[in-house]
Amino acid sequence: MATPRPRVRVPKSAKKGDIVEIKTLISHAMETGRRKGKDGKLIPRKIINKFTATLDGELIFQADLQPAISANPYISFPLKAEKSGTIAFEWHEDGGAVYKKSAKIEVA
Amino acid sequence: MMGRILTTFAAAGLTAGLATATLAADKEMDWGKFQNGEIRSGYTYAEKETRAMEDDDFQNPAFLWVERGEELWSKVDGAAGKSCATCHNDASQTMAMVGATYPVYDEKTKKMKALQHQVNSCRTEQMKAEPWKWESDQMLSIATYINHQAKDKPMSVKIDGPAAPFFEKGKEFYETRRGQLDMACTHCHVDNAGKMIRANRLSQGQGNGFPTYRLKWSKVGSLHRRFKGGNDNIPAAAFKRGLPVETPAVRN
Repeated sequence: MATPRPRVRVPKSAKKGDIVEIKTLISHAMETGRRKGKDGKLIPRKIINKFTATLDGELIFQADLQPAISANPYISFPLKAEKSGTIAFEWHEDGGAVYKKSAKIEVA
Repeated sequence: MMGRILTTFAAAGLTAGLATATLAADKEMDWGKFQNGEIRSGYTYAEKETRAMEDDDFQNPAFLWVERGEELWSKVDGAAGKSCATCHNDASQTMAMVGATYPVYDEKTKKMKALQHQVNSCRTEQMKAEPWKWESDQMLSIATYINHQAKDKPMSVKIDGPAAPFFEKGKEFYETRRGQLDMACTHCHVDNAGKMIRANRLSQGQGNGFPTYRLKWSKVGSLHRRFKGGNDNIPAAAFKRGLPVETPAVRN
């Protein structure tokens, strides 16, 4: 896909102390830098190299991604629900572009 | 801080490449809607991990194309200032049977028409827009979105009436040996479905899931791309036609 499209799934509400699953997916070619194009030249590497999730500014999850990770990387992680807030997700691409998405979670 | 972070890395797209050797072709298994008598969806031949990807609408990467298709559905394009939604309104109503009934016989061209043909005829005739290429991102998106509207409806492509000769022609192609390996489609997909071909498990070649997200492609692809892939594997080249007339030619 031309422009990477992020998707996230965060439960709207959770009970305090519960462990909820956060799911994320972004459409991305994850070009490894090792493939050759039709002209015989290497296609430059372009992957999502870092993924972060922050809850109201506090880092809750971070991952470094490598070229061996498949296209359209799916990342899920468990989160212990302790406070309500907005979870901001960021996908950092080689070259500096950042794709963002955020979702609210209500903890009662 | 560590108390809050559970640093389990659940899955990062890698899972699919590392499929285990568990047998998916267990005949005793109850496949539910994925099986109808002898007919089995490719789902039933897929690895457990691959099936889990399809089962979860979120984890299923093809939904990226469904979402893109949904956007394109109501996006105005072309000189006539129309979108798909201008004429067809709510796709969940108007497109509910398309995925289960296409290809259909087209009176105008006297040929079978696939969904992609119909989309392009709408684009050029109604919308006055440029046609999309068959495997373009836009065409795959709209086709995935439209076919998804028929989800869970039984496949019911008409093969009688004017479609009958085309069905017979397709059947003949399916059963005819071709290519360097001199194999027909049936040798793998009828006689040996469920068995391994090198590291892959052969399916019955059912087309009920297309456009399908293929891990090997890292994207969705049309049924027609899959046809081509199957023929390339044998390996058979498509017949080239249309050499220009050069009469009177000179030969030795």
